[in-house]
Amino acid sequence: MSSYLELSARQRIPHIFDAGSFVEFLPPGARVVSPHLAQLDAPVSFDDGVVVGRGLLDGQVVFGAAQEGGFMGGAVGEVHGAKLVGMLGRAVDEGAHAVLLLLESGGVRLHEANAGLIAVSEVMRAILDVRAAGIPVIVAVGGANGCFGGMGIAARCANMVIMSEEGRLAMSGPEVIETANGVEEFDSKDRALVWRTTGGKHRYLLGDCQVLVADDTDAFRAAAIAAVADARGSAALTLEALEAEQEMLERRIRGFGDAADPLEVWRRLGVPEPAAVPMLEADAFLAMAAQHCAGPGTGDR
Amino acid sequence: METLHFRFDAGSRPLPGAPQLVGVVSSGNLEVLIEPAALNGGCEIEVRTAANGFGATWEAVMRDFHGRWQLMDTRICINDMGATPAVVSLRLDQAVESVTGGPP
Repeated sequence: MSSYLELSARQRIPHIFDAGSFVEFLPPGARVVSPHLAQLDAPVSFDDGVVVGRGLLDGQVVFGAAQEGGFMGGAVGEVHGAKLVGMLGRAVDEGAHAVLLLLESGGVRLHEANAGLIAVSEVMRAILDVRAAGIPVIVAVGGANGCFGGMGIAARCANMVIMSEEGRLAMSGPEVIETANGVEEFDSKDRALVWRTTGGKHRYLLGDCQVLVADDTDAFRAAAIAAVADARGSAALTLEALEAEQEMLERRIRGFGDAADPLEVWRRLGVPEPAAVPMLEADAFLAMAAQHCAGPGTGDR
Repeated sequence: METLHFRFDAGSRPLPGAPQLVGVVSSGNLEVLIEPAALNGGCEIEVRTAANGFGATWEAVMRDFHGRWQLMDTRICINDMGATPAVVSLRLDQAVESVTGGPP
């Protein structure tokens, strides 16, 4: 067993893809670095914080990327985004079996302003292009920096999201909410609250992530292989699926919109002991959640 | 930011294999890109560091590194965000070992 959380992006790749199969596009030796950071006299990274390429997953050709949360919080700059977009486009050109994105990002790299914003929106469009070509896109979130901002939205453009409890997925990050709306709205220093609200278990109970695994690289790999098999054949986004999602979100607001804390959401879902949820191991949690998960088709039970 | 250049001659060990990157550019950490290069037998190291004014310390750490490994025809490029000398030494050793597969 090896922790997914503790590894760097570059270390995760050989654990998740078939060993020795991954070929990197624009490797660090190519030195394609951010032109914006140099202008600001800030440190650059030789891969601009993301590994992109093509490998094998259980013997199938799967394109992939891994964002490095340690470099500027995994934030997406112009080069970082262009690498993701280029990889996604090539996955379509070469008829990939699937795309697997190991995301860890605070969203747009603010240093790069509009270039970063445009990059993130291009990534979203490229993900939907891949799906439109009938190629499933699977996202894994299990790094210490979570998946926030534009990359949080990008994650939900995928067919399936795999998370660990330690992973976090949301739009605005805790500090952003507290800064904009005050500590009464959200106390970003309250780590238990932050994980209750954005962590893998809450996302799973609400149906925002479809697979919850323990913080273990083998578990992530097995889940990715299964997710690819599940999503093959229904990769493209349909109008019906969009309308079902919209309906689910409306039900969520009706059912939970006035709840001040996820504990209240879990209570309304029928979870017998909401306060005990954060302490459950993955297996015990999944057994409990099988009875009480909101799931994609439900919402206010 | 400060950019520092070092060159060491009289090394005896060429670097086998492909370029490798170890470490991450984050607070107190650094990334090291190591690759074989035709440098007339020399080992060249370029450091881009966010901590200004530590040139003498870098030089001492690099001199120790060269003493340990005696590399020739090798290019090393470092992006640093204030790593301590001990961390730099460990990362440099990790970089070489990622290419050679073991300690000297």
